[in-house]
Amino acid sequence: MTQRLSREELPRLYAAIAQVADLFLPVKRAGKTNFALWNTQTEVDLDTLKTAKSPKDLFFPQCEPLYTCDWREGNLTVTAQALAERDFVVFGVRGCDLRGLDVLDRVFLSDPVDSFYAARREHGTVIAFACREPEESCFCRTFGVDCAEPGGDVTVWLTDGTLYWRANTPKGQALTDRLDLLGKTDDADEQRLAAEQTAAREIIDRLPYANLFLDGWNGDATEARFASPLWEKLYRPCLACGACTFACPTCQCYDIRDYDTGNGVQRFRCWDSCMYSDFTMMAHGNNRTSQMQRFRQRFMHKLVYFPANNDGMYSCVGCGRCVEQCPSGLNIVKVIKAFEKEAKK
Amino acid sequence: MQELIERAKALLADGTVSRVLGWRATDTPFGPEPAFFESGEELNEFVYNCFCGANLSKYLIESSALEGKTLAFLKPCDTYSFNQLCKEHRIDRGKTYIIGVGCKGKITVERLHELGIKGILDVEDAGDTLTVKTLYGEKSCPYSDAMLERCHACKGKEHRVADEVIGESADTTDTDRFAKVTELEQMTSKERYAFFQAELSKCIRCNACRNVCPVCNCRKCVFDGNAFDSVQKANATEFEEKMFHIIRAFHVAGRCTDCGECSRVCPQGIPLHLLNRKLIKDMDAFYGEYQAGEDTSTVSPLTAYTEHDIEPEAGKGGNE
Repeated sequence: MTQRLSREELPRLYAAIAQVADLFLPVKRAGKTNFALWNTQTEVDLDTLKTAKSPKDLFFPQCEPLYTCDWREGNLTVTAQALAERDFVVFGVRGCDLRGLDVLDRVFLSDPVDSFYAARREHGTVIAFACREPEESCFCRTFGVDCAEPGGDVTVWLTDGTLYWRANTPKGQALTDRLDLLGKTDDADEQRLAAEQTAAREIIDRLPYANLFLDGWNGDATEARFASPLWEKLYRPCLACGACTFACPTCQCYDIRDYDTGNGVQRFRCWDSCMYSDFTMMAHGNNRTSQMQRFRQRFMHKLVYFPANNDGMYSCVGCGRCVEQCPSGLNIVKVIKAFEKEAKK
Repeated sequence: MQELIERAKALLADGTVSRVLGWRATDTPFGPEPAFFESGEELNEFVYNCFCGANLSKYLIESSALEGKTLAFLKPCDTYSFNQLCKEHRIDRGKTYIIGVGCKGKITVERLHELGIKGILDVEDAGDTLTVKTLYGEKSCPYSDAMLERCHACKGKEHRVADEVIGESADTTDTDRFAKVTELEQMTSKERYAFFQAELSKCIRCNACRNVCPVCNCRKCVFDGNAFDSVQKANATEFEEKMFHIIRAFHVAGRCTDCGECSRVCPQGIPLHLLNRKLIKDMDAFYGEYQAGEDTSTVSPLTAYTEHDIEPEAGKGGNE
C-alpha cells in the first residue's frame, strides 16, 4: 500500500523516524553531499542525485576496530569489538546503491559470515529513493537496475510537492507502523506516481550510457580478457589513486592493521584499494607489480571474476561515480566501450 | 586543434620526437584523458579543448626514462610544474620537446553540475558563453562560471618554457589569489579550525591530491608503507584527517607552483590549494616574492640561507 506525505512535512518525518532509530540520510556539508546522521541542525539534501561517497560505509565503514589486545602485569586480555546493537534507518538510498548492498551481501554474508557487517544489516532499515532526473553518468539499466522502482525495505518517490512511501518488507512495515503522519493515497496519486515512473524510465532510455555492451564479460572469458593488449593502452592515464574504489558502492577489499596502543594493539580494518602499490602485499612481495596489472584487476574483478563466482552477478551497479570522480577521466564505461570497439572490429 | 595535430605528426614523422604527450578524445566532449601517442594514426584521437585541465608535466617523469624525445603540449600554468621538475632533476629537459598551447581558462563538468545543469550531453564553447545540451533541455552559462578556481587566479598566460608556441591565450584573472587566505587569517583560530575541520573531515584518503601533484614525486611516499604507526588508508581519527594534508603541504612548500591540480581532482571538493597558498603567502612575506617553477635556476627561499633570513619566531602567533 502506498502512502503519502506533503513535501513540507519532510522535517517532521525525519524527526519521527529519529524517534525510532538513528537516521542517516544525504546531508550537505562544506559543499558536498554524503550520508550523515540526522539532527535538527543538519542540511538535508535530496536534490543531489548521488552522494559523493556511496552509503556503503554505513554497513561497511571505511575504518573499524576488530579487537583489542591489552598486555598488563603479565596478563593478556583480548577484547572483541562489540557488534552493532542500535537500530538505524538509511533514508535516500538510490537503486544503484541498493544493488551495491546486494553485492556486498554476497561477499560478507556468505560463509564465513562477517559478523560486523551482518549485525549492521540486521539492525539497518533501508529506505530506497526512486530517481526522478537521472544524469549523464548513470548506467544502472545496463546492470538491470530499475531506478524508478528501486526496492528496499521501503521505497519512496519524491515529486514536486509530495513524498510517496511504500513498505516492501516486514522490516519496512514495522517502521511504517510506528509513523503516524503518513496519509492515504487515492487513484489520482497512483496515476501521478505511475506517470513519474514512466517519465524517469524515458530519461533512462535517452542516457548516453543506457545500454552498454557486455558481451564477452563473464566468467568464461577470463583468459582472453586478461591477456588482451588493450589494458596497456587503457591504464596509462591512471594516477594510481583510490578515488574510484572509495567512491564505488561495491568495492569491498580491506586491509587489516594493528595500532600500537602502548600496552598492546588495537587491530582494525580499513578499506583498501587495488589501485595502491601495497595492495595484497605479502611476505614474499607483491603479486601485481605494475599499475597496468592493478588497473586490470579492478575491472576483471567487477566484470569477470565476481560474476564467475556469483551466478553471473556483476559487481558494477552503474552508479557512475567513477565516471564523475576519476581525476584522469578513466572509468569502467571506457573499459567496456574499448572492448566493445575491439569486438566489433 | 588541427594545427597541433599536424605539427605533432610532422615532428613524429621526421624523427624529432618518439612520442607525443597530450589529451585523447573519448566518448564525451567533456572527458578527455591524458595520453601518449606513438603514431600519426593514433594522433587522430588527439583533442585540445576547454576541458583539458589536466596538467601533463608529471607524466614526463615517466617518459624521461624512455628512448627518444617526448613532445608535450603544455598550457602556461603547466610550464611552471615542468620547470620545477627539471630543477629537481626529475625531468630531463633534453628528452622533451615542448609546444606551448594557448589557454583561455579550463572548465569542468563538476562546475556545471554545481550550477544546477544536469544530464549533460554536449557542451559547446561559444567564446564567452557555454551552450549545454542536456536531457532536460538546452542551458547556457557564462564561460567563466564553469572555470576552475585556479583559472580565476591565473598566474599569467606566458609559457615559462617552450620550444614553440601555438595558439592564443586570454587573460582570465578576475580575483585576488590570496583573498581567501587573507580571509582565513583574519578569522579567530577557533573559526579557522572549524573551517578546516569541516573541509578535511570529508577526506576519504584516496590520495588523488598526492598522486596528481607534480611535486609529490617521491619514489616511495612515507604514507605508503609500514614504517610509522599512522600509515593508514583511512582516517581513523580527526587528527589523521589533518595530518596527511598538513604533512603534504609542508613537504611541497617552496616547490608547489600553485597549479591547483589537488583541488581540481579532489572527489570531495576540498579546497586543498588554500593550505599551499597560505605557505606561499607567508614565504613571500618572509623572504620576498618567489614563484616556484618560474625558471629552472632560482633557488627556493626554503633551501637557501641568507644572513638576513627572518627568525623562526616571526611566524608565531596568528590571530587569536
